[in-house]
Amino acid sequence: MKAARGNAGAGAGAVEPVHPVVELRGVGKVFDSEPPVVALDGVNFIVNLGDYVSVVGPSGSGKSTLLNIVGCLDRHSSGTFLLDGIDIATLKDGQRAAVRGQRIGFVFQSFHLLAHRTVEENVMLAELYRRGDRKGRRERAEASLRKVGLESRLGFKPSRLSGGERQRVAMARALVASPSLLLCDEPTGNLDSKNTEALLDLFDELRADGLTIIVITHDEAVSRRAQRRVRIVDGILTEDDLTVATAASAATSSAAGSSGTTPTSGGGSW
Amino acid sequence: MVSIKPRLTWRDLASEAIAGLFTRPVRTALTVLGTVLGIGALVATLGVSKTAGNRIVGRFDELAATQVSVEPVANGLFGGGPSEEQQQRQGAVLPWNVEDRLLRLNGVVAAGALADANVGSSLVRSTPIHDPLGQTEFQMRTVAATPGLLGALRGTLVTGRWFDEGHSDRADRTVVLGAGAARRLNITRVDNQPAIYIGDDIFTVIGILADVRREADLLNAVILPSGTAQERYGDLAPSKVVIETEIGAAQLIASQAAVALNPNNPDALRVGAPPDPRTTRRKVEGDVNSLFLVLGLVSLVVGAIGIANVTLVTVLERTGEIGLRRALGAARRHIALQFLVESTAMGLAGGIIGASAGTLIVVAVSASRDWTPVLDAWVPFASPFVGAIVGLVAGLYPSLRAARMEPVDALRAGT
Repeated sequence: MKAARGNAGAGAGAVEPVHPVVELRGVGKVFDSEPPVVALDGVNFIVNLGDYVSVVGPSGSGKSTLLNIVGCLDRHSSGTFLLDGIDIATLKDGQRAAVRGQRIGFVFQSFHLLAHRTVEENVMLAELYRRGDRKGRRERAEASLRKVGLESRLGFKPSRLSGGERQRVAMARALVASPSLLLCDEPTGNLDSKNTEALLDLFDELRADGLTIIVITHDEAVSRRAQRRVRIVDGILTEDDLTVATAASAATSSAAGSSGTTPTSGGGSW
Repeated sequence: MVSIKPRLTWRDLASEAIAGLFTRPVRTALTVLGTVLGIGALVATLGVSKTAGNRIVGRFDELAATQVSVEPVANGLFGGGPSEEQQQRQGAVLPWNVEDRLLRLNGVVAAGALADANVGSSLVRSTPIHDPLGQTEFQMRTVAATPGLLGALRGTLVTGRWFDEGHSDRADRTVVLGAGAARRLNITRVDNQPAIYIGDDIFTVIGILADVRREADLLNAVILPSGTAQERYGDLAPSKVVIETEIGAAQLIASQAAVALNPNNPDALRVGAPPDPRTTRRKVEGDVNSLFLVLGLVSLVVGAIGIANVTLVTVLERTGEIGLRRALGAARRHIALQFLVESTAMGLAGGIIGASAGTLIVVAVSASRDWTPVLDAWVPFASPFVGAIVGLVAGLYPSLRAARMEPVDALRAGT
């Protein structure tokens, strides 16, 4: 097992303090069924600001459960989960909803676009439940769509878009609210290789901009593009591979170690 | 602790709800139709009953407002013949020359007196033949009347004429038959001067009554001139005087009639005042309302069930959307509010359209009958609110069900 590391972005010349966005300490999740199902077991997992992490594992290994907990869509059964330093377990349902709206962007395998709304309206939806300026919502949506190369599709309904374009709309929706964490659940699951490549390029750009990204995937090619790779089997984290990007992050990770903000060791941690 | 509170402005909520409604416009329209029918039925019921009640009562008012009747205080209502003692008393209080006495009063249009003639056990027949297969002799009411009575009763004749003062003064043996009496006696025309017998006395039929607006009992009676009745059946005093007044003059004439008819003892007369029209109006409206209001309410309940059903189906269909909205930061109350606003908006729209349709129905019914449409102003204005409340109540359960969905489950189910 290896200790978890974070970095503040590849290619950064100066050493920057590490800021953990996601901190899971001994997190477990048990589903009340007969018999009870242990989906996560004592997971220690830290993702720092600017990390680009892929989570891989076989079906039923607990990947989606991990993402649901990190995305505040589900509650963990045991352990501690901090998001941007906020202990999520202490939040009420409405507060967790606010955390999702204000800090997390989601990209799903099946896009989850509203079929009867235009591309622009779908993107604007992400700001609906945020405390923010209503003015400029349309402009921000357009800017976000421009970022993913879909500025010419503003008035289109999703049914007129290709799979790759739909996923880009979903990306634009996830990004428009400037989240601190982007969670992607099998984002390339419904895409062909060309669109997959384009989406991964976009992830690279976002990572370069300092966005924290966690991608759940079955696809080895996708996981290899991530800066860090975590493997989960039977609810236990078993592996953390550093990809080529780690060379650049080595300096920061050692700095992180000295700052004391990255931890831990033990079963299922690194 | 960082300030973390989800929010959704009312403007955003409204625009999202409207967008949700227009997602499936045909379904929304069909759902709204239930409330339209309910509210429309309610408004139309209230309006038509009010209009009809107003119309009926208007007629009652017109009749009642122009009628004054005068009877001796001791006299009972029509029905059995007066006793000897009563007759003597009546003779003392009501004269036969009521036309002379009353037509001088300003505001009297017509006046007439009547009394039951005491014909004993005499039967009435039309022809002196014996028909073993049918009844040819009848026990009929025989009434003595003054010439002015026809006008006072607003009576009309099928054929022939009403008697005049000459008939009465000369005690001519003439009669006028009520429509029912003529039918029983098989007399349909008077140009061949048909005759009837009252006992052994023969009378010429000079006219047949078609209808009377007052004293409808006379339609089944044989009516003689008062002079004839007195000569044939002894001293007889009027048991009732009927006065037709101009509209608005009834109260004035009522105060003067007793003195005009019996200046020496006006207190011996009872003057009939017009009945209170409000009671009649309430009864008519109540009868019509209670029937159709039930129908309207049933329609409204059916409309509410329709909204509840469709909203519930919509919630289930939009599970993925609910999950997405929850992932994007919507709190449970935002989800509940959105579906509540959608169902309330459907009810409101149904209320507005229903109120308009109901009002049009009232106007159309009134126009077809040449009536004046009457509708309480609050009815069309309150209807949209009633519709909105129906929508709100109908949307409660589906909205709560939507709000209770866990985001993870909703996202998974909506994939």
